[in-house]
Amino acid sequence: MDGTAAYASNLPSRTEEIAAALAASLTPGDVVTVSGELGTGKTTFVRGASRALGVEGAVTSPTFTIGHRYRGRDVDVSHLDLYRFRGLSAAEWGDLEPYFDDAIVFVEWPEAGAGVLPPARFAVRIEHRGGDARIVSIRDADPRVRHGD
Amino acid sequence: MILGIETSCDETAAAVITQEGAIRSSVVSSQADLHARYGGVVPEVASRRHLELVVPVVRAALAEGEATLDDVELVAVTAGPGLIGALLVGVAAAKALAWSRRLPLAAVDHLQGHVASLYLEPDPLEPPFVCLLASGGHTLLLDVRDRSARPRVLGSTLDDAAGEAFDKGARLLGLGYPGGAAVDRLAREGDPDAYAFPVARVPGLDFSFSGLKTSLLYAVRELDADEVEPRRADLAASYQRAIVRALVERTREAAASVRAERIAVVGGVAANSELRAALPDAALAPLPLCTDNAAMIASAARFTGAISYPRYLALDAYASSA
Repeated sequence: MDGTAAYASNLPSRTEEIAAALAASLTPGDVVTVSGELGTGKTTFVRGASRALGVEGAVTSPTFTIGHRYRGRDVDVSHLDLYRFRGLSAAEWGDLEPYFDDAIVFVEWPEAGAGVLPPARFAVRIEHRGGDARIVSIRDADPRVRHGD
Repeated sequence: MILGIETSCDETAAAVITQEGAIRSSVVSSQADLHARYGGVVPEVASRRHLELVVPVVRAALAEGEATLDDVELVAVTAGPGLIGALLVGVAAAKALAWSRRLPLAAVDHLQGHVASLYLEPDPLEPPFVCLLASGGHTLLLDVRDRSARPRVLGSTLDDAAGEAFDKGARLLGLGYPGGAAVDRLAREGDPDAYAFPVARVPGLDFSFSGLKTSLLYAVRELDADEVEPRRADLAASYQRAIVRALVERTREAAASVRAERIAVVGGVAANSELRAALPDAALAPLPLCTDNAAMIASAARFTGAISYPRYLALDAYASSA
């Protein structure tokens, strides 16, 4: 087992369901990166997971605001977006660090933070498969909870 | 005089206005300027940049306003919402300035600041009105009944902000930065009816722009690489038309729902030429006050209760409005 599970989605609501299922296994301190091109449904995925964690109200794209922190049922949920970043300097990491404090953290466009962000528990990748079809791949990066153990 | 300071997102800004709402100076250290200053290298998106700029920007605002700290009667600062580290730079600077002069301090909500851009001279707007606030980070419809009270939110975006839709559309079309202005320019050369981009009809008075962005992506993908260039202007025009139509329809519906006779538009997207033309009867924020600035923060302070010296030393910034 390589610890990767792949799911097909044809609808934003299906992407939200896949995310909700993943959310059930998350605990505070977990980091989930969400990669994929524009329009694949990264924010949709984070919305689905956030709803499952009890976040009410709008879960919107943080591209311009960089970070949102929501109150969930039992945990805080942080939603970050590094779309506008080119790398992550020490000073920039200092600005983001509070969002990682005692929260479940989702990071869209995580590539700019490679090597600087804390290790991800799950790496989600969403790809276009023609029309509205998407493949959502979830890689479990923590060997302790790898599928098949 | 009121000294305003704004550091909630990308811009480090300071302004001096009179108690009557006349702008004496409004200095914005915009990212565009920084691109030039750094020789095209994208500067970091961090509060450290605000820290480097806040004192020179305040100095410039005082100098351009032909004022000194002796003339300042009130210091106004954005306390939220925004990136917490960025906000704290402005809040700390404002506290230090106010405390050193034993002045009162007003903690201003950034979004109410945008609305207060309409209360400045020479054409101050009198409530009631329905206000569309559309920027890169926010898209809201507000029921503004008076200048002091926090307006009621009638609708907001469920996914992407309108300004973000412009910016990401520009990226899909291979246009430069800032994306909103690039789409606006190119759209003038294109046919807005060339493509029928669907605008999601969500319940109530909310907005959704995420599906529209995806439609543009699909349209671009259907074209071969050499076909994109000749269709670029038509794509930009049709895409802009769809965003503007959604904004205008929802804003008019919001106005009707609260029987407001006036409509106002503020925020970065208020600079869009098609939106301005589509709402000829609306009160529009003056172009220099559409994007983030500190004159609007100082303006809002005229109608926000100020905290007297030295009780504001415990003032904290807040990341979200919720």
